Amino acid sequence: MSSVLTIAGYGLREALRRKVFAVVLLLTVGFLVLFWLANHFLFQNIANISPPVGSGIDARAFAGATIFGLSMFGTLFLGVVLAIFLTLGVVRGDAERGLLQPLIVRPVGRVTLLVARWLGAVAVCAPYVGAVYVATMLITGLTGHWWPDHVVVPGVELAAAVAVVAALSLLGSVFLTSTANGIAVFMIFGAGLVAGLLGTVGHELSSHQLERAAKIAAWLLPFEALYQDGLRQLTSDTTGLTGFLLELGPFGGAYTGGNSVRLWAAAYLLLVIAVAAFGFTRRDL
Amino acid sequence: MAAALAVRGLAKRYGSVEALAGVDLEVREGELVGLLGPNGAGKSTLVKIACGLVRASRGSAEICGLAAGSREARRSVGYLAELFRFPGWYSADEVLQLHQQLTASTGGANERHELLRLVGLADARGRRVEEMSKGMQQRLGVAQALIGSPPLLLLDEPTSALDPVGRRTVRELLEELRSRGISVLLNSHLLSEIELVCDRVAILLRGRLVAEGSPAELARSRGVEIETDDGTRLFEGASREETPRLVGELVAAGRKVYGVRVLTSTLEETYLEAVGGETS
Repeated sequence: MSSVLTIAGYGLREALRRKVFAVVLLLTVGFLVLFWLANHFLFQNIANISPPVGSGIDARAFAGATIFGLSMFGTLFLGVVLAIFLTLGVVRGDAERGLLQPLIVRPVGRVTLLVARWLGAVAVCAPYVGAVYVATMLITGLTGHWWPDHVVVPGVELAAAVAVVAALSLLGSVFLTSTANGIAVFMIFGAGLVAGLLGTVGHELSSHQLERAAKIAAWLLPFEALYQDGLRQLTSDTTGLTGFLLELGPFGGAYTGGNSVRLWAAAYLLLVIAVAAFGFTRRDL
Repeated sequence: MAAALAVRGLAKRYGSVEALAGVDLEVREGELVGLLGPNGAGKSTLVKIACGLVRASRGSAEICGLAAGSREARRSVGYLAELFRFPGWYSADEVLQLHQQLTASTGGANERHELLRLVGLADARGRRVEEMSKGMQQRLGVAQALIGSPPLLLLDEPTSALDPVGRRTVRELLEELRSRGISVLLNSHLLSEIELVCDRVAILLRGRLVAEGSPAELARSRGVEIETDDGTRLFEGASREETPRLVGELVAAGRKVYGVRVLTSTLEETYLEAVGGETS
């Protein structure tokens, strides 16, 4: 256990020292400022929006859920950038730079090292995602007086989605060079998001094939499913036409979710780490 | 008592390349063994198998009687890789502290101070790795390998980045380690260094052991050169023990002897002969 903490601490320290963390923080500040401006103007103009009488549409809820849904995409993206850059070179990259060998010959065990590096990355990314999630929620809530139907679960699912991406990146690091791994994981992340958008398109066009393809993609890449479930949780108690319209939003569309997805994501995470550990134990360094 | 390192029939193949083709080698307790060979001879592969970085294709390697690469065996090994790096933001003291934690060493600050002093970095304790010269980093690497007082040290080119003073520091350190009973397998291209400090030398060529023995055994006699009034004569293959007889015979034959020189081949000559001038 102490070895896990030592290696996780090593990774944590690396994360704090590397410039990528500073860059992400800078981007975050920029993102939060822009997000506050967007909220400010959106809710300033909301008084001018008058839904048809008797339509039952709550303009404030619609605007709040949509803009906060967009911010969840931003939060996920920033968290994923951080997770990928912290893990893309953990095995092959560090071995090529000579950083891994002095550690690996210690009586620690390769599996321990791998798990500890993942924990170290998650220990940085999860609080980061949580903090940005809370900050954006506060901005929308305080500016527009709209709060999500569920506050905690979407944030936890966003953090879990980033943890899944970190595990995928760790797996890639066993077999690929840092650059190749970074490109591969970003492409997988992009593919997941595109699949989610296709699901929305399919829903709007009533294309069952597209919807099914999006669902399969979400199950294959459960970070996308967790993200979708988080979005769903934002407005799960919103009913009527407002609820229906929110389902159609570009980032508000969420068709995969529930406990089965959460359980599958946990199993998927374990599977990815197990495959990475198996590959690592057989790798010559 | 099990040897510090015992390698039997060790083979390693990387795809179509045979890096090791059945090597037998032993490093006994307290022994300092030098591993020589041209680039690509399999020296680093052997060392990497011994410390668990690479898996053997065939044969066995044991550290103090334990299977090389196992967690128990790794407790008994200190390793300095040929190409290594420590995170630039760590200080020398922090690097050693990290490795103390990973080896569960209870040496504390005293052990760190002692090791830094031993490698001539006592004044650089708080200096960050990124502020150190390559030579200082290499000496820090040697100190790191000594954390937890392992009975066996595997040093892969420990002096490659060192200036003559740094090399001397490491040489003295190796002698100090021998006096403490620590076994060392030293992989180096610096023949003079190996000749100076090693008890035994093993020469690898294309994954095979082609010569082994003490530096004195390997640096065998090439003959005796005797300067007489008739000119200088070379008695090829004659040993030092034969010198009095040769001189006696010359004097008996009426020659005046002015000087005698026993010619021995250096380790370098033996090495070049063993590897046939091969390099890659």
